[in-house]
Amino acid sequence: MGRWPDVFNHARPDSTRSPLSGDRGIHVRESMRLEVPIGDVYRFWRRLENLPQVMTHLDRVVEGTDGRSHWSVSGPAGLAVEWDAEIINELENKVLAWRSLPGSDVVTAGSVNFDAVRGGRSTQVSVHLQYAPPAGKAGALVASLFGREPSQTIREDLRRVKQLLEAGEISRATAIA
Amino acid sequence: MRAVCWEGTETIQVETVPDPAILNPRDAIIKVTTTAICGSDLHIYDGYIPTMQKGDVLGHEFMGEVVDVGKENTRLKVGDRVVVPFTIACGRCFYCKEQLWSLCDNSNPNAWMAEKLYGYSASGLFGYSHMYGGYPGGQAEYARVPFADIGPLKVPDSLTDEQVLFLSDIFPTGYMAAENCQIKPGDTVAVWGCGPVGQFAIKSAYLLGAERVIAIDRFAERLELACAQGGAETLNYEEIDVLDALRHMTGGQGPDACIDAVGLEAHGTSLDAWYDRAKTSTFMATDRPHALRQAINACRKGGTVSIPGVYGGWLDKFPLGAAFAKGLTLKMGQTHMHKYMPLLLERIERGDIDPSFIITHRIGLEDAPTMYRTFRDKHDACIKVVMKPGVATPRSHRTVFSAAVTHT
Repeated sequence: MGRWPDVFNHARPDSTRSPLSGDRGIHVRESMRLEVPIGDVYRFWRRLENLPQVMTHLDRVVEGTDGRSHWSVSGPAGLAVEWDAEIINELENKVLAWRSLPGSDVVTAGSVNFDAVRGGRSTQVSVHLQYAPPAGKAGALVASLFGREPSQTIREDLRRVKQLLEAGEISRATAIA
Repeated sequence: MRAVCWEGTETIQVETVPDPAILNPRDAIIKVTTTAICGSDLHIYDGYIPTMQKGDVLGHEFMGEVVDVGKENTRLKVGDRVVVPFTIACGRCFYCKEQLWSLCDNSNPNAWMAEKLYGYSASGLFGYSHMYGGYPGGQAEYARVPFADIGPLKVPDSLTDEQVLFLSDIFPTGYMAAENCQIKPGDTVAVWGCGPVGQFAIKSAYLLGAERVIAIDRFAERLELACAQGGAETLNYEEIDVLDALRHMTGGQGPDACIDAVGLEAHGTSLDAWYDRAKTSTFMATDRPHALRQAINACRKGGTVSIPGVYGGWLDKFPLGAAFAKGLTLKMGQTHMHKYMPLLLERIERGDIDPSFIITHRIGLEDAPTMYRTFRDKHDACIKVVMKPGVATPRSHRTVFSAAVTHT
């Protein structure tokens, strides 16, 4: 895992720092190896608008300027959660980290590390995702998005990344799946 | 289209289901010309395979003509005649690159199910439960084939369907079982189970240089085929003590390699076989590994036990002590189809083997339900059933289709 950049230590009071520091918030860690050059994996991930292709719970990501992006998900019964995020750490082919901005429905932060493994033949992607479940309707939606096993949800997301980048398509047995 | 569907234990129906469509860029749609019932389909029929759902289309041994291709599939053209491997593989993951095609990382959309049971998931399979992907199978008029730019093998028109169909599973499976024995000149190989995979394991053991092959079963017609076609010496385990016989036949040393081509529904006459029957029939155990236990006990010191027979769960009374004491090598797993198919097609073209020798029954697809039972019960000397969609069952099962079709 990469270090959190300095900006975190001087964060604004309503930022991600307080709700997610220490053992607060929910932490999910998952990793996956891919037979794809590290640069290809990084480029795919860095273009955040690609992510809804593989993360089925995400509706849309719109990238703005200055490393900011707008994320939206819609859940059952017309519930919707949206948040703005900013990239707080970015080292090409090494690490990508983000956090939600003040005023978002969800307080979340995360990082992805990219490592060359197996003598440089494979790439390992390690995700560390944190979120503080919000109260009320948004909380119920966030809970339903990640299911009872958030790490399984992230694992399935990573599996789809792997399928798309390695095999060029996401495997499916039926039109609905 | 018409398709053979699983509706529950011992309940198979031919139903009208939607035609398959291209879902992914590397797909192809095959119009099935010939398909077969595999011994492993009987494990589904008997209810031993978990995560089956009502209406699932069965069948993983099939071939036919390409009628549609996805936009990324530039290798196949409409009209190509192909045999389809029963394992689905992407060709680009770590396992495919290592030639371990049946362990493909990317072809099982339900990998999480297999991970819960086995730690990691093997490849997706056609028509073989949702744990293996939930892919509709090939006992149907049409089938969708994923990663069809990698899997299906084009076959020359000079060979008939019946000569090449078994490249889809049982010939490569028997061959890999024999190859796993690491046969050296002069070796003796014993084969438990003279069903189709056992028959191909016998032939393959000779192709790979075995001096003697000893075949073990209890059905006269299967032992006869192993002897007449395979050139094996045969043992009927209901008539003689197999361990004793093998010891005598090998000068007290034991076979150099033993192949378990029976799998999880073994029958036997010894005490442990009855124990297995009692436990599996009361759902206290998942598998009946009687043949495997005997293979391990029979094998010579330092020998190899090769397991093409399918196992699914937790084995009871597994003689690991004997395997350890004798320093045995155990080799197993689903067949790495894509590695063997081109090689074995060459063998067929050269005339080294004509795989159609195992066919005993030829039927139209509509008669699948009765034939599943006949095959399971080994009635009518049934060893291998091939089926043609849209064709009536010939008056005699032993008649080749070309003759039958012109008469109807």
